[in-house]
Amino acid sequence: MTARSLPFGRILRFGLLSLGALIFLAPYIFMISTAGKAQSEIFSSSLSLIPEQWSFAENFTKALSRVSMPTLLLNGVIVCALIFIVQVVVAIPCAYAMAKLKFRAARSMMVLVMLGLLVPIHATALPLYVAFDRLSVLNSYTALVAPFSISVFAIFLFLQFFRAIPDDLIHAARLDGMSEAGIVARVVVPNAWPAITAFAIFSVVAHWNDLFWPLVVVSNQDFATPPLGLLYFRAAEAGDDYGALMAATLIITLPLVAAFLIAQKRFVEGITMTGLKG
Amino acid sequence: MASMAAEMLIASIGRHEARIAWLLAAPAIALLFLFILLPTLAVVILGFTDFELGYGGFRFVGFENYAELISDRTFRRSLSNTAIYTAIVTPVSIVLALAIAMLIEAETRARAFFRTVYFLPVATLLVAMATVWQFLFHPTIGPINTFLAQFGITGPNWLGASGTVLYGLSIIGIWQSVGFNMVLFLAGLTAIPRELYAAAEVDGARSWFDRFRLVTWPMLGPTTLFVTTISIINSVKVFETVKTLTEGGPNKASEVLLFTIYQEGFVYLRVGYASAMTVIFLAILVVLMLLQYRLLDRKVHYA
Repeated sequence: MTARSLPFGRILRFGLLSLGALIFLAPYIFMISTAGKAQSEIFSSSLSLIPEQWSFAENFTKALSRVSMPTLLLNGVIVCALIFIVQVVVAIPCAYAMAKLKFRAARSMMVLVMLGLLVPIHATALPLYVAFDRLSVLNSYTALVAPFSISVFAIFLFLQFFRAIPDDLIHAARLDGMSEAGIVARVVVPNAWPAITAFAIFSVVAHWNDLFWPLVVVSNQDFATPPLGLLYFRAAEAGDDYGALMAATLIITLPLVAAFLIAQKRFVEGITMTGLKG
Repeated sequence: MASMAAEMLIASIGRHEARIAWLLAAPAIALLFLFILLPTLAVVILGFTDFELGYGGFRFVGFENYAELISDRTFRRSLSNTAIYTAIVTPVSIVLALAIAMLIEAETRARAFFRTVYFLPVATLLVAMATVWQFLFHPTIGPINTFLAQFGITGPNWLGASGTVLYGLSIIGIWQSVGFNMVLFLAGLTAIPRELYAAAEVDGARSWFDRFRLVTWPMLGPTTLFVTTISIINSVKVFETVKTLTEGGPNKASEVLLFTIYQEGFVYLRVGYASAMTVIFLAILVVLMLLQYRLLDRKVHYA
């Protein structure tokens, strides 16, 4: 506003950032624009963003009729919610025991956790697939959720966080006659909300977006998660009806994008927290 | 007497505490063995067998799978493609992320807006956005080539030609990962004490580049190392875009490690052979992590 530092540098900086932002947003802009164009207009390959003839309704109807979008989104919600709940219920007591209770196995547990951090689902997928095939649990929520029931990363993250909870707080609760389980539920968890939300965001983003594992264990539309469903939709479309395809991608990306825009500060915090400690 | 009783009491409390600790940790330990340690062990063992899903028995074949891997042209192609992809995506996304983070850090207006925009790709479904990129990259009707045509340039058939497909996938990979790295760099930048810049200026660091060279870069050491490791690991794990857009084609030009493992193991059901590939994949990850720990121990302790 003032002539303090000549605005040239600032204009350049702002211009660069804006140009970059435009490039990063371009896929979204074209997604929305193309979802509203008729097939003939898409093939005229013009760069105009506003459809000459509004075909949103047509494309969305097509997208909704080919693959059952509500089923996909519901499956996504069920799978992510189950995974997150089980992960937290399993990891919190374990992290509490490792952080605040004296037991001899705590050190070897730490080694196991660090080892576990190294092993992604891609490495364990083959034996798990064979086992699930033998147990005939392929194509089920069990198959989608079970391998992620244990998150060593959650244990690691909560461990760091629980160590910072003052011992006095826990001693006081013990003197009040609370059981250890009661302490976890009523003292530790309420103090750990920032870590739990951060982990929630990390877990939901990871599993909502995961294609690899659903692709391995699900071959049936009834249990398809959003990424897998979109893959089916692409196959059914033969990849050429870009209007309908963009409408479908729009429907599938919207929930997480909306969640991100509403709680973006938490998202960024969550990713930074989980990222820096991962 | 009294002290002995007290000691016994403490010992019994200690035993009680240990028992409760075991109880609380038991589900996690059981699941850790069941879903991580045992399968990892199983994959190593399966790598020495000729197990195929759908056939009853299997036999141990020693290092036969590994010997076959060495001469397997698809696997070698897949390793080199993964290396090329990683060599493009990691440095570009780190440099871009650092540049954007520093611009945002210095900017006073619309910081939250820019942060959101650059981070958006991290939070969006990659399979969906890959589909959008496929349209952007379309050789005839795609906006990118239409745009290039305005300047009289005939754009390539990005994802359809073996010469450009890896670059196309790399562009998507960069677009998708810059935001994540940027957020980590922003956190690192905020943690640098302001006084250091003032001190550097007193010591004669006048230009923007001097301040970067003397303060920002050394102070960001640990962040940069972490971002580098995680970027490499994520690039080595590239799968979604390949599966969605190219299926390893054209002519195996975009065959990457996880996609090859997926094809061998879950499409052709050659579990033994795919397990041997998985062991190589796991070994790569372990080496990368060890390298990070080594470097973390030695280099990045800034004075």
